[in-house]
Amino acid sequence: MSFLDVALVILALAFLAALVRVAKGPTIADRAAGADVCLFCVVAALAVLSVELDEPAFLAGVLVATLLGFIATISLARLVGRRRP
Amino acid sequence: MRALGYSLVGLGSALMLLAGVGVLRLPDTFARLQAGTKAASLGLACIFAGTVLLLPSVSSAVKLTLAVLFQFGTAPVAAHVIGRAAYWAGAPMWHGTVDELGRPDPDPTRTLP
Repeated sequence: MSFLDVALVILALAFLAALVRVAKGPTIADRAAGADVCLFCVVAALAVLSVELDEPAFLAGVLVATLLGFIATISLARLVGRRRP
Repeated sequence: MRALGYSLVGLGSALMLLAGVGVLRLPDTFARLQAGTKAASLGLACIFAGTVLLLPSVSSAVKLTLAVLFQFGTAPVAAHVIGRAAYWAGAPMWHGTVDELGRPDPDPTRTLP
Protein backbone atom coordinates (compact mmCIF):
# COMPACT_ATOMS: atom_id res chain seq x y z
CA MET A 1 0.00 0.00 0.00
CA SER A 2 1.76 3.09 -1.22
CA PHE A 3 1.47 6.64 0.06
CA LEU A 4 -0.85 7.57 -2.79
CA ASP A 5 -3.24 4.80 -1.71
CA VAL A 6 -3.37 6.39 1.75
CA ALA A 7 -4.19 9.74 0.13
CA LEU A 8 -6.97 8.08 -1.88
CA VAL A 9 -8.43 6.52 1.28
CA ILE A 10 -8.40 9.93 3.02
CA LEU A 11 -10.17 11.45 0.00
CA ALA A 12 -12.76 8.67 0.15
CA LEU A 13 -13.39 9.47 3.83
CA ALA A 14 -13.89 13.15 2.96
CA PHE A 15 -16.29 12.09 0.17
CA LEU A 16 -18.28 9.96 2.63
CA ALA A 17 -18.52 12.82 5.16
CA ALA A 18 -19.83 15.18 2.49
CA LEU A 19 -22.21 12.46 1.24
CA VAL A 20 -23.70 12.15 4.73
CA ARG A 21 -24.34 15.91 4.63
CA VAL A 22 -26.05 15.52 1.23
CA ALA A 23 -28.29 12.82 2.71
CA LYS A 24 -29.05 14.67 5.96
CA GLY A 25 -28.93 18.34 4.96
CA PRO A 26 -32.04 20.13 6.15
CA THR A 27 -32.08 22.66 3.27
CA ILE A 28 -31.24 22.41 -0.42
CA ALA A 29 -28.29 24.78 0.14
CA ASP A 30 -26.74 22.26 2.55
CA ARG A 31 -27.12 19.55 -0.04
CA ALA A 32 -25.53 21.81 -2.66
CA ALA A 33 -22.55 22.50 -0.38
CA GLY A 34 -22.14 18.78 0.29
CA ALA A 35 -22.39 17.91 -3.40
CA ASP A 36 -19.76 20.57 -4.15
CA VAL A 37 -17.31 18.98 -1.71
CA CYS A 38 -18.14 15.52 -3.14
CA LEU A 39 -17.21 16.74 -6.61
CA PHE A 40 -13.98 18.32 -5.35
CA CYS A 41 -13.05 14.98 -3.75
CA VAL A 42 -13.65 13.15 -7.02
CA VAL A 43 -11.52 15.69 -8.92
CA ALA A 44 -8.69 15.39 -6.39
CA ALA A 45 -8.89 11.59 -6.51
CA LEU A 46 -8.68 11.76 -10.32
CA ALA A 47 -5.46 13.81 -10.06
CA VAL A 48 -3.94 11.41 -7.51
CA LEU A 49 -4.99 8.44 -9.64
CA SER A 50 -3.30 9.92 -12.70
CA VAL A 51 -0.06 10.00 -10.71
CA GLU A 52 -0.52 6.47 -9.43
CA LEU A 53 -1.31 4.95 -12.84
CA ASP A 54 1.22 7.25 -14.60
CA GLU A 55 -1.51 8.36 -16.99
CA PRO A 56 -1.40 12.12 -17.70
CA ALA A 57 -4.50 11.87 -19.93
CA PHE A 58 -6.70 11.95 -16.81
CA LEU A 59 -5.69 15.58 -16.22
CA ALA A 60 -7.94 16.77 -19.06
CA GLY A 61 -10.81 15.19 -17.11
CA VAL A 62 -9.71 17.15 -14.04
CA LEU A 63 -9.92 20.42 -16.01
CA VAL A 64 -13.35 19.59 -17.47
CA ALA A 65 -14.77 18.50 -14.11
CA THR A 66 -13.61 21.75 -12.47
CA LEU A 67 -15.48 23.79 -15.08
CA LEU A 68 -18.63 21.64 -15.07
CA GLY A 69 -18.77 21.71 -11.27
CA PHE A 70 -19.16 25.49 -11.33
CA ILE A 71 -22.10 25.27 -13.74
CA ALA A 72 -23.71 22.52 -11.65
CA THR A 73 -23.41 24.60 -8.49
CA ILE A 74 -24.92 27.68 -10.15
CA SER A 75 -27.90 25.67 -11.35
CA LEU A 76 -28.36 24.22 -7.84
CA ALA A 77 -28.34 27.78 -6.50
CA ARG A 78 -31.23 28.64 -8.81
CA LEU A 79 -33.05 25.65 -7.32
CA VAL A 80 -32.38 26.99 -3.80
CA GLY A 81 -33.75 30.41 -4.68
CA ARG A 82 -36.95 29.08 -6.20
CA ARG A 83 -38.14 27.38 -3.00
CA ARG A 84 -39.89 29.99 -0.86
CA PRO A 85 -40.82 28.98 2.68
CA MET B 1 11.27 16.78 -5.82
CA ARG B 2 9.27 13.58 -5.36
CA ALA B 3 9.30 14.00 -1.58
CA LEU B 4 7.91 17.53 -1.95
CA GLY B 5 5.25 16.23 -4.34
CA TYR B 6 4.21 13.46 -1.97
CA SER B 7 4.02 15.84 0.98
CA LEU B 8 1.91 18.31 -1.04
CA VAL B 9 -0.48 15.48 -1.99
CA GLY B 10 -0.68 14.40 1.66
CA LEU B 11 -1.31 17.95 2.88
CA GLY B 12 -3.97 18.44 0.22
CA SER B 13 -5.83 15.26 1.09
CA ALA B 14 -5.73 16.20 4.79
CA LEU B 15 -7.28 19.57 3.86
CA MET B 16 -9.97 17.80 1.82
CA LEU B 17 -10.76 15.62 4.83
CA LEU B 18 -11.00 18.82 6.90
CA ALA B 19 -13.47 20.20 4.35
CA GLY B 20 -15.57 17.04 4.51
CA VAL B 21 -15.64 17.02 8.30
CA GLY B 22 -16.46 20.74 8.32
CA VAL B 23 -19.35 20.27 5.92
CA LEU B 24 -20.60 17.43 8.09
CA ARG B 25 -20.14 18.96 11.55
CA LEU B 26 -20.56 22.76 11.40
CA PRO B 27 -23.81 24.14 12.80
CA ASP B 28 -25.51 26.11 9.99
CA THR B 29 -25.67 26.41 6.21
CA PHE B 30 -23.33 29.39 5.90
CA ALA B 31 -20.58 27.88 8.07
CA ARG B 32 -20.82 24.66 6.05
CA LEU B 33 -20.53 26.65 2.81
CA GLN B 34 -17.35 28.42 3.90
CA ALA B 35 -15.76 25.18 5.13
CA GLY B 36 -16.57 23.40 1.89
CA THR B 37 -15.28 26.27 -0.24
CA LYS B 38 -12.08 27.47 1.42
CA ALA B 39 -10.62 24.22 2.75
CA ALA B 40 -11.53 22.29 -0.40
CA SER B 41 -10.04 24.96 -2.70
CA LEU B 42 -6.74 25.00 -0.82
CA GLY B 43 -6.73 21.20 -0.72
CA LEU B 44 -7.30 20.97 -4.47
CA ALA B 45 -4.52 23.50 -5.11
CA CYS B 46 -2.08 21.52 -2.94
CA ILE B 47 -3.01 18.22 -4.60
CA PHE B 48 -2.66 19.71 -8.09
CA ALA B 49 0.75 21.22 -7.21
CA GLY B 50 1.88 17.82 -5.93
CA THR B 51 0.57 16.19 -9.10
CA VAL B 52 2.60 18.57 -11.26
CA LEU B 53 5.73 17.75 -9.25
CA LEU B 54 5.10 14.00 -9.54
CA LEU B 55 4.17 14.03 -13.26
CA PRO B 56 6.58 16.67 -14.56
CA SER B 57 5.57 17.69 -18.09
CA VAL B 58 4.56 20.93 -19.76
CA SER B 59 1.06 19.76 -20.71
CA SER B 60 0.17 18.57 -17.20
CA ALA B 61 1.55 21.80 -15.71
CA VAL B 62 -0.57 23.90 -18.08
CA LYS B 63 -3.74 21.87 -17.47
CA LEU B 64 -3.42 21.86 -13.70
CA THR B 65 -2.49 25.55 -13.51
CA LEU B 66 -5.62 26.34 -15.53
CA ALA B 67 -7.66 24.08 -13.23
CA VAL B 68 -6.35 25.88 -10.12
CA LEU B 69 -7.08 29.28 -11.68
CA PHE B 70 -10.64 28.23 -12.57
CA GLN B 71 -11.10 26.76 -9.11
CA PHE B 72 -9.95 29.91 -7.31
CA GLY B 73 -12.08 32.04 -9.64
CA THR B 74 -15.29 30.05 -9.52
CA ALA B 75 -15.49 28.49 -6.03
CA PRO B 76 -16.03 31.82 -4.17
CA VAL B 77 -18.61 32.88 -6.76
CA ALA B 78 -20.50 29.60 -6.45
CA ALA B 79 -20.47 29.71 -2.64
CA HIS B 80 -21.62 33.33 -2.69
CA VAL B 81 -24.50 32.53 -5.03
CA ILE B 82 -25.63 29.57 -2.91
CA GLY B 83 -25.27 31.54 0.33
CA ARG B 84 -27.24 34.46 -1.07
CA ALA B 85 -30.03 32.19 -2.29
CA ALA B 86 -30.08 30.37 1.06
CA TYR B 87 -30.26 33.69 2.93
CA TRP B 88 -33.20 34.95 0.93
CA ALA B 89 -34.89 31.54 1.14
CA GLY B 90 -34.72 31.90 4.93
CA ALA B 91 -32.17 29.29 5.92
CA PRO B 92 -31.85 29.00 9.72
CA MET B 93 -28.73 30.49 11.30
CA TRP B 94 -26.66 29.46 14.28
CA HIS B 95 -27.98 31.16 17.42
CA GLY B 96 -24.87 33.33 17.90
CA THR B 97 -25.12 34.91 14.43
CA VAL B 98 -25.61 38.68 14.13
CA ASP B 99 -27.71 39.33 11.00
CA GLU B 100 -26.53 42.75 9.85
CA LEU B 101 -29.15 42.99 7.11
CA GLY B 102 -31.77 42.67 9.81
CA ARG B 103 -33.95 39.96 8.36
CA PRO B 104 -36.74 39.29 10.84
CA ASP B 105 -36.24 36.00 12.64
CA PRO B 106 -39.05 33.67 11.55
CA ASP B 107 -38.92 31.68 14.80
CA PRO B 108 -36.94 33.34 17.63
CA THR B 109 -37.39 30.35 19.93
CA ARG B 110 -35.66 27.75 17.81
CA THR B 111 -32.05 26.83 18.54
CA LEU B 112 -29.56 25.00 16.41
CA PRO B 113 -27.16 22.51 18.00
